[in-house]
Order: sequence, then structure tokens, then C-alpha cells
Amino acid sequence: MPEKKCDVVVIGSGPAGLAAAIAAKERGAEDVLIIERGEELGGILIQCIHTGFGLEIFQEDLTGPEYAQRFIDRVEGLGVETMLGTMVLDITPARRLYAIQWGRLLEIEARAIVLAMGCRERSRGALAIPGTRPAGIYTAGTAQRFIEIEGYMPGERFAILGSGDIGMIMARRLVFEGARVERMVEVLPYVGGLVRNYVQCLVDYDIPLQLQHTVIDVKGRDRVEAVVSAQVDDNFQPIPGSEETIPCDTLLLSVGLIPENELSKKAGVELDPLTGGPYVDETMQTNVPGIFAAGNVVHVYDLADWVTEAGYLAGRHAGEYAIHQRRGSERKLRVIAGDNVHHVLPHVLDPLSLERGPQELQLRVQWPVEAPVWVNVEANGKLVKRKTERYVRPSEMIRIKLPPEDHGKIVGAKELSVRVEEKS
Amino acid sequence: MPNEKHDVIIIGAGVVGCLTARALSRYRLKVLLLEKASDVGTGASKANTAIVHAGYDPTPGTNKAKFNVAGNAMWDQLAGELNFPFERRGDYVVAIGPEELPILDELWERGKKNGVLGMKMISADEMRRREPNINSQVSGALWVSTGGICDPFAVVAAAAENAVMNSVELMLETEALDFVKEGRRLVGVVTNRGTFPCRWVINCAGLYSDVIMRQAGLETDFKITPRKGEYYVFDRAKVSINNVLFPVPTPISKGIMVTTTVHGNTIAGPTAHNIKDKEDTSVTPEGLEEVFAGAKKLLPSLDKGDVIAVFAGLRSSGSTGDFVMEVPREVEGFVNLAGIESPGLTSAPAIAQWVVDALWEHGPKLEEKPDWDPIRPPRPRFRDLSPEEQTLLIYSNSAYGRIVCRCETVTEGEIVAEVHTPVPARTYDGIKRRTRLGMGRCQGGFDTPRVIEILARELRILPTKVTKKGPGSELLTRPAKVQGGCHA
Ligand SMILES: Cc1cc2nc3c(=O)[nH]c(=O)nc-3n(C[C@H](O)[C@H](O)[C@H](O)COP(=O)(O)OP(=O)(O)OC[C@H]3O[C@@H](n4cnc5c(N)ncnc54)[C@H](O)[C@@H]3O)c2cc1C
Ligand SMILES: Cc1cc2nc3c(=O)[nH]c(=O)nc-3n(C[C@H](O)[C@H](O)[C@H](O)COP(=O)(O)OP(=O)(O)OC[C@H]3O[C@@H](n4cnc5c(N)ncnc54)[C@H](O)[C@@H]3O)c2cc1C
Repeated sequence: MPEKKCDVVVIGSGPAGLAAAIAAKERGAEDVLIIERGEELGGILIQCIHTGFGLEIFQEDLTGPEYAQRFIDRVEGLGVETMLGTMVLDITPARRLYAIQWGRLLEIEARAIVLAMGCRERSRGALAIPGTRPAGIYTAGTAQRFIEIEGYMPGERFAILGSGDIGMIMARRLVFEGARVERMVEVLPYVGGLVRNYVQCLVDYDIPLQLQHTVIDVKGRDRVEAVVSAQVDDNFQPIPGSEETIPCDTLLLSVGLIPENELSKKAGVELDPLTGGPYVDETMQTNVPGIFAAGNVVHVYDLADWVTEAGYLAGRHAGEYAIHQRRGSERKLRVIAGDNVHHVLPHVLDPLSLERGPQELQLRVQWPVEAPVWVNVEANGKLVKRKTERYVRPSEMIRIKLPPEDHGKIVGAKELSVRVEEKS
Repeated sequence: MPNEKHDVIIIGAGVVGCLTARALSRYRLKVLLLEKASDVGTGASKANTAIVHAGYDPTPGTNKAKFNVAGNAMWDQLAGELNFPFERRGDYVVAIGPEELPILDELWERGKKNGVLGMKMISADEMRRREPNINSQVSGALWVSTGGICDPFAVVAAAAENAVMNSVELMLETEALDFVKEGRRLVGVVTNRGTFPCRWVINCAGLYSDVIMRQAGLETDFKITPRKGEYYVFDRAKVSINNVLFPVPTPISKGIMVTTTVHGNTIAGPTAHNIKDKEDTSVTPEGLEEVFAGAKKLLPSLDKGDVIAVFAGLRSSGSTGDFVMEVPREVEGFVNLAGIESPGLTSAPAIAQWVVDALWEHGPKLEEKPDWDPIRPPRPRFRDLSPEEQTLLIYSNSAYGRIVCRCETVTEGEIVAEVHTPVPARTYDGIKRRTRLGMGRCQGGFDTPRVIEILARELRILPTKVTKKGPGSELLTRPAKVQGGCHA
């Protein structure tokens, strides 16, 4: 017997979860509950004390905690219930949740669920970096947590593998703290994170970045003493003779984020191997009726502002579902990733949804093109919509809106496909 | 000499030293167990394949053959008394292609000579049925029902704990450096923490057992060569091989195997390469390539993308090729165990019993203690409990309701308990080995800050003094200057 019944349960209180709870409540759902395993609301934003948040939504440059606070205030104002220090352990396809809260187990029944668990960082093990296993190897996010939340330095002399955004932001932060950042190495021929971060965090602080390089060895028995870097060829194989020993006491890893979906799988949610997140439709509903998903749990975003928008979308539809207890239309167009598109969301789209308003597609390219390109949306081989971009990079998500007037162009189609081509 | 005289000093707290200490704790003896590392079981005993071998592999007539088979038979009782994970689930030696098939017959013959029970030849079809992912070129397999798997670190920790419960003294971060001798007799051990007089010394020093032998005064050219074995660990959520699969052996090793662990992860390995440095447990690109190629021979569907960790261990390969187990004539008061490589884990309970017997024969009179308690009680593991049991546990202590490691579901209550046992965990790795925290997919990314906080609090030390694996491996360097201030 469940101890508690709710209209909408949101799992996670990062920007996605907060927005989802707000939208569900505003849509008319009565009992909206946010479950968060941390001790405060805000998700990863709490440890992102630098600015750069809110430029899109508020046209203001806010820190992570400031940005989160705006939504926390609204969550509180709307009377959304929150449970902190509570970790969801299991979900069933029938939307029953099992959670553990500071010393007690809870069972909750939800009319709709929004998954907003965010993502975790890829670890050393996943890369199988050779060498010893001493103290001093951390993911960039763990280092961020040590410094910003715990108030301790995890090292003094750093090498950073990978050029993701968190790694670049941490490189600058470490310099502020009086530590030395010897080098950042990136295996790809281009920067992993945003160019904005590359300029503001690395270039401005003279932190050397070596592209097409990787770490091939870790030295040191108790604590890291050095790492060995090497240049790689086009197949990412180290080039013999290019090895260089970089003395350091810490290796930070900024080598990618993985959506956190162990819980989703328990509920029967199917995952896309390309994104690591659930297959979703234009309402952010997964294959399991009544279970929605938003934010980094679906695919990794580069801006928290877009995460917030995704949260609103999922929350609105979760609220709708909780009230009417019915799945939307079954007419679904598949949305396919074509040339130079790594993945595109949503995976399926109801053509009639365009009658309700514009629908946004979100995609990432497979490789960068530093020249103007077309982003083409085609239905049955015929162009529906195109947009130009000055350049495209895998690190920067591309968004393209299909306006309601395009409804006619896709209504008879079987699938939509999106491709990116260089303008000639 | 400042210290009271011990009857027995054991050098090295690996599986052999700890099981020996536990076996001796049954008698009225003052036993001291010395370990140079910050925890028990950090040598070969923590980084191996964790197989309790059936015994068809060693050459008949050797110590390896004898103690393997005798040791294997002791594991059920041992696991029952010490409460560590052990499953006698059987193992397979899988022949791929017709040319490997005759080797199975050789193993069968050897097994019979060694007295191995539970062997059965199975057909290729049967093997495919039992392990659907097996290489389709399989030509047959030897199935041995007496093979088992265990959590080797848990064995060491439980044995050490039970020994300490029964009055054995354990000293960590204490290295045997030399001996005090009276003529040919060893009468004391010199360590970095002073000199300890004793009647008997037992050499359980693993890779360094040859050094100890010479320090004790044995004139011998016996030499230990470190032989490295490297491994891959796969994500439990992605790869589930529910069997213990050996390839057919080569002359120097049992080959690259793929096996499930008692925790449900699949591991592949080990390589077998002689190296020089006894401390070099680094993982190499060549080693990992070899592991992957070998593993794919058994299970072609394995994917590197599902790897969550890599590790390596060092076998103490002795120059005689067999376990050295002796009470040498040239030195008195010395029991020598050296070259205890694979199947050393399996054999360890029988080796420990052999030490007891050797002391009976040569040493002090052994008198049983009436209050000897062979049971090391288990500690609760939150993830293995039913929801009702979890509720009760949380009710008794709310720290069990705080999850610190989310991949492996380890609670604060479990961590705190491990800091306050007879053989306490005092380092991050010590906690990790005892609770499996940080061994899942995220590999500690989430739990490390919390564990540092808990260790600092429980050990009453500064967070900057908390180590990964003992002095020199501090995890943090200093307080940050610009304090976070982000508790928004
Ligand atoms: C380590 C890290 C550092 C980052 N740093 C930056 C940065 O510096 N700048 C920047 O612009 N972007 C950064 N990002 C990205 C940005 O913050 C994210 O895009 C954004 O926070 C994602 O929002 P979210 O709501 O999807 O997830 P999150 O903010 O990650 O929130 C997910 C929440 O779900 C909770 N949760 C997960 N599982 C459960 C469960 N089972 N039960 C209960 N609660 C659960 C988590 O505790 C967490 O609070 C970072 C991301 C990570 C992972
Ligand atoms: C890759 C690999 C795979 C294996 N697989 C298996 C298997 O599947 N099944 C099996 O049965 N066996 C296996 N083995 C063998 C088994 O692991 C070993 O035989 C067993 O762990 C040896 O235990 P030990 O106590 O002798 O040595 P160790 O565990 O190495 O312990 C020796 C201890 O002595 C300490 N020490 C050394 N010198 C001093 C000193 N001077 N003062 C104080 N302390 C000292 C060390 O720090 C160490 O802790 C494997 C071994 C390896 C390396």
C-alpha cells in the first residue's frame, strides 16, 4: 500500500526538475512533488559558482546558485512539495516509486513522473587509461565539488585530460586558487566544450591546450607524480616518439558526461544508445506511458537555460497527463539523423502537434564544420525547413523550430530527416 | 628489549598470513601479525582472479597440487565461519576448435591423479546451451563442479578480524627489516617500530619472501620473480556472464579467462608476464590488448565500451616453480612459506593448517583455548537486504538510511561500521575494498567527497590527512582560498 499519492513526481531538482515541477503545477496538476537525493535544491548548479547562466532566459549573467534560486523561489511560491535527502531506488512501469529518505523507506504512487536525474561524468576506468592507480585522479566535477562545496584543494599541479566545459571552467578556477595547470590535452582535433569557455578559461589564463593528444600513462605509487602524454594519429593511436612526461600531482578528467538512467531502465524505459538517454516524443514522454524525461538525463546539454526549457516542456505534458491520464496521439513520425547529424531529438513527433504550436528539434553534429552550413529538415526527401549556421561544432547543440504553417508539409510523411551540409 | 616476547610473529598479512594467524589463534600462543602496508590484504591477495580452483591444473605430486585440492575442500566451512562471499558454482575449461580438444583429456587425467572430484566432459552443444555467448567454434568443455569463486579481500579481512577477536595482535604500517639471532636461532624481529622478541617467525611475505629468507640466514639462490596479471572489469548492467570460463592452459599460465565475480561483475584476465619491479602494479596498453584478445576468443561479443575499471596484480613466482613450505634446518625458529603463487588463494586454508602442524611437530606445545571463537559475524550489507530488513536496520541506526555510493548502494552506516571493527578501515581504499563503494560505474566520482568527510570525522583527523591508501596518498592538499560560499 503506497504511503503517498501524487499527480506528478519529479525526480531530481536541477534546472530540468525545477522547471518541470513549475510547469506541471502551472498546468493544473495539484500534488507535485520533487524528490532530490542531495541536501538542497538545485542539482549540479549548486557547485557551479561561476557566471554564464541565464543569458538566454533572463538576459542576465548569473552564477549557478543564483540561477537556481530564481526557480527555487517559484517552486516554493507555487506550493510544490519537496523531499530532500531522498533517493529514488526503484520505479515500476505502473509508476510506483520506492525511495529512501534519511532513514526511512517510502512508497509513492504517481499519475505522472518526470525523470530529471541529470548525468554523471565518465571515469578513468571507462577510458582504461594505463598506468598506476595512485591518489590524485579525479573527474573535473568531483574537483569542482571539493573546491566549491567542501572548500578543499584536491591538488597543486594539474594536468587535465579532455576539454569539456567543466574541465575548462575548473582550469581557470584552479589558477584563481594559486594552483598550476600544466596542460590540457584533448584527443580530438577540436575543443570538446564551448568556444566561449575556451577563450575565457584557457586562452585568457595562458593554459596550454594540446589537441590530438592523450594521456597514455600515469606514474606515481601513492600520489600522482606525472602523466605521460602523446600525440595521436587519425585513428586515435598514440604516435611512438611523441611521448612527453608532464610532472604533476593531479590528473583531472573532463571526458564526457553520461545520462544517469539506471533508474529509468528499471521502469522499462528504452534508451537510445547514441544519446544514452530515453527515446522521447515531442512531449518528452518516453516509451512508458506517463513517464516523461527532461534535461541531461535525456541528452547532454551545453547550456542550463535550454535544460530549463526542456523541463518546462516535460512538466507541462506530465501535468496534462496526470489530469487526463491518457497518452497523446499515436500518430508518430520518426525523426532520423542524416548526414553529419549525431543525434536529433525528439525521436518521434506527432504531426498534429504543430497545430498546437511550433515544435523544436535539437541536434548535435558529428564533426565540426568551420564554414556556413545548411541545417535541412526533410520529409520524404522534400525540404520542409532549412536554417543556416555560421559554423557547427559537436560541442554546441543546434535548435531548429518547425512553425505551425509547416504542418501541411509533413502531414502525409512517414519520417522526417535532418542533415547538415556545407553551403557551397 | 622493550617489548614482551611473542610466541609467534607472522610477517605479512595477505591471505596466507591472516589465515595462519587465525589458525594459530585457536591455541594459547601470543601471536603478532606484522604488515608493512596500511591495511591487510593489499598484496596479491586483493588483485587476483578470485577463483577457488578445483585442482586439475597443477602437476601431480607437487605442493601446488596437494594443497590446492586439500584447500579447496576447506572453503565451505571457512566461508560459513568467517561469513565472506563464496560460491561453489563450478567452472569450465573451454576448448575452441578441434585442436584444443585433446588438452581437455590431459586436464582430466591430471585432475584424476590430483584427486579432484566433480569432473565431467561436456559436448560443444551442451556448452553453448550453458553459456549462450560462448564462441561458436567451441569443441567441448571440461566442467568441474568443485570450482568456486570468492571475494578474496573479504576472505583476508574476515580472517584477520577473527584472528584479532581471538587475541592475535595486528600491527599495520610495520615492516620487518631484519632479525635478531642467537646463533642459528631467530629470537626477534627488527621493524620500523622497534624490535619484537619472539620464539618463532613465519614468513608470509609474498613477493618479499625471498628477501626475508636471506635475512633469516638461509643460504639459497631461491628467487621470487614478480609476474604481472592485468584485468578488465565490465559493467554489471551491460555484461552478464554467469559462468567461470577458462581457456585451455598454456605451459606458463591458465590463460586469459572470463569469469563472473561474487558481486555479479564480469572480469577478464589475467596476463602473465615476468617483470623486475616488485611494486609495479601498473596497467599497460599491451597487457590490456592481450586481455581483450584472449577474452574475445571465449566470448566474441565482449565490448570494450562496457569496461568500468582495469587493474593488475603480481604473482610471487618462485624459482623452484612450486610452493616452498619448510621448517629449514639451517635456521631455527623459522617457518618458511615462499613462492605462494596461484593457486595460493585456494590453498591458503590448507597452508595455514600445515603451519599449525609444523609447529606441533617442531615448536612449542600447542594448547587449545576453550574460548576460541571461530565465527566472524557478518555485518549488514544494505543492498542485499529485503525492504523489511532495510527498514529495521534504518530504524536501529539512521545512518543506514543515508546512501553514500549510489551505484553500489552503500550506506553511511556501513562505512562507519567498517571504521570501528577489530581490523578497521582507515583509508578510502580500505572502505572501498570492504564495502564495494566506488567500484560501480561512476568509480567513486560521487562518493569520494562524502567518504573523506566521514573518515575525517570518525578518525578525528583533518580532511587533508585522509588518504587513499596510507601515508603519501593524501587525497586533498589544503583548504581552498576562495571558499565556495555557494550554499545558496
Ligand atoms: C559535474 C558537472 C558539472 C557541471 N558544471 C557546469 C558548469 O560549470 N557550467 C555549466 O554551464 N554547466 C555545467 N554542467 C552542466 C549543467 O549544469 C547541466 O546542464 C544542468 O545542471 C543539467 O540539469 P539537470 O536538471 O538535467 O541535471 P542536474 O543539475 O544534474 O540535476 C539532477 C539532480 O537529480 C538528482 N538525482 C539523480 N538521481 C536521483 C535519484 N535516484 N533520486 C533523487 N534524486 C536524484 C541529483 O542529485 C541532481 O540534483 C555541469 C554538469 C555536471 C555533471
Ligand atoms: C594475477 C593473479 C591471479 C591469481 N589468481 C588466483 C586464483 O584465481 N586463485 C588462486 O587460488 N590464487 C590466485 N592467485 C594467487 C593468490 O592471489 C596468491 O597466491 C595469494 O594471494 C598469496 O597470498 P600471500 O598472503 O602469500 O601474499 P600477499 O597477499 O602478497 O601478502 C604478502 C604480504 O606481506 C607483506 N609484506 C611483505 N614484506 C613484508 C615485510 N618485510 N614486513 C611486513 N610485511 C611484509 C606485504 O605487504 C603483503 O601484504 C593469483 C595471483 C595473481 C597475482
